[in-house]
Amino acid sequence: MYLAPRSSGVAVPESDFTWGCISMKLTDISNDINEWFSGAGPLADIVVSSRIRLARNLAGHKFLGHCSTAEKKEILEKLKNVLMSLELGDKIFYISVDKTSVLNRDFLVERHLISRHHALSKGPRGVVIAQGEFFTAMINEEDHLRLQVLKAGCQLSECAKQINHIDDMIEQQVSFAFSPRYGYLTACPTNLGTGIRCSVMLHLPAMKMTGQIEKFFNAARNMGLAVRGLFGEGTEAASDLYQISNQVTLGVSEKTIVSGFEKTTIPEIVEYENAARNELLSKQTATLDDKISRAMALLQNAHLISSHEALLLLSHLRLGINMHRHMGATTPAIKRLCALARTTDKDKGLSIATINRLFMLTLPAHLQLNYGKLLDSTHRDALRAQIIRSALNQDT
Amino acid sequence: MMQCQICNKKTATIHLTEIAEGLRTEMHMCEQCAIEQGIAAKSQVSINELLSSLLAVQPSDDELFGPSEQKISCPHCGFTLDQFRKEGVLGCPYDYELFEKSLLPLIERAHNGKTNHSGKVPSKTPQDMKKQIEHLNLHQQLETAVRNEDYERAAKLRDKIKQFENGRKITPSETGG
Repeated sequence: MYLAPRSSGVAVPESDFTWGCISMKLTDISNDINEWFSGAGPLADIVVSSRIRLARNLAGHKFLGHCSTAEKKEILEKLKNVLMSLELGDKIFYISVDKTSVLNRDFLVERHLISRHHALSKGPRGVVIAQGEFFTAMINEEDHLRLQVLKAGCQLSECAKQINHIDDMIEQQVSFAFSPRYGYLTACPTNLGTGIRCSVMLHLPAMKMTGQIEKFFNAARNMGLAVRGLFGEGTEAASDLYQISNQVTLGVSEKTIVSGFEKTTIPEIVEYENAARNELLSKQTATLDDKISRAMALLQNAHLISSHEALLLLSHLRLGINMHRHMGATTPAIKRLCALARTTDKDKGLSIATINRLFMLTLPAHLQLNYGKLLDSTHRDALRAQIIRSALNQDT
Repeated sequence: MMQCQICNKKTATIHLTEIAEGLRTEMHMCEQCAIEQGIAAKSQVSINELLSSLLAVQPSDDELFGPSEQKISCPHCGFTLDQFRKEGVLGCPYDYELFEKSLLPLIERAHNGKTNHSGKVPSKTPQDMKKQIEHLNLHQQLETAVRNEDYERAAKLRDKIKQFENGRKITPSETGG
């Protein structure tokens, strides 16, 4: 059995996918990571990315749960036309989520372009995506419109500025349901008010290794924040990637929520993780080196690897590279990891972007879309192992 | 401890107040004497009996508020509170007004005790509505200041609310930014 990754898909059903007048394929973006997962940006060794989402509903319409198919279509057409006319400085394209294949929907979820809820719900619905994937707008999700801006590293203020500007542009053309007392009216009362959800994705492997992850959960809970895994519920344990977000949306302004994250929440958690990384380096070197060495050995040699195992092992490589880059760590395992990096990345060193690319491109829907056909789990595990071996062994 | 007015020995545990022909009389007696007088029938009442007797005298929701929110459906979307219990989402924006009494405790719980919007207002919002929002905001800030025992800020906010209500223009420095 030999499974060579192909550069572009052929057999996967195409979606209704337009980019202005030019049609394009999802495989045009599935071969690489998006900008917000590039490993760049402030504090990116711990804060992987920042995201802000706004929930909006058109005035004069029912919420989606009570809309007929005809009304959903009307809302979809109206918002699609408004969004496609926006001047964002980048090309934008549209995908009919209800018409596209299950694999394409899974791909969009893995890439954080739509929510799991949007992929699974019924009726006319779609998503508008800006090139570079920094902005997406889900139409007919739980609310009529869910706007989202994503950026690499700790950049919540930038996200807030950009999403506010986009929201202003949309409001020039439509009226949103709004009440003086409750603010923007949403289908679920938990999103009422600003309709804002600020999230940051954090890589916290050292807190996990030193048994202090409970400290993080408690800090998040005390600040009234919700904690989830990056690639869906339950995946945080595998990838050490956690997403924290605000829960209160009423009675607190957008500005206050963002500054709370930037001035208090993020610095506190970054401090905890850095302290844990220092502890690993000074007191638990054997534990650290064992994790990194095992991860290297398995990833360089495995022929079958599950998505869960790959996420966990790649997380340990990511930790090693970041500890070398940001803390000057030179333990025996980290030295070997960096030597490996020099041979693979042409003396530039194994980059976080490469690790993140392996993270994302070996997820099930990415694998299948790039290979060009649906694969069972054994074939996926083989293909995943092969892609990772190719990236980490110069001779493979 | 008050002594039984009949036997003058035991502690009085039954206190009887009788109003007859405008005259109020009080009797204090022990349980045994009360039984002999035919006054105290039962010394213990089950909690269930107590609750049902309390509920029996409570006015119904309909008597208090008119037709109950529990029974009505939205004229715009047909939404009922029963549906909300099952689905967790509302039918249309008007439901927030129509079912406000039932939704308010839930909103308060979900948003850490907050019940008034603070933050972005659509640019197309009419001027009077913007003023109404500002007014509500000031009241919310005042409540927070009092809760935090920040009386200096509370006093400033109270003055600002007064000025606002008198229709005076408030400068940004007065609002603290």
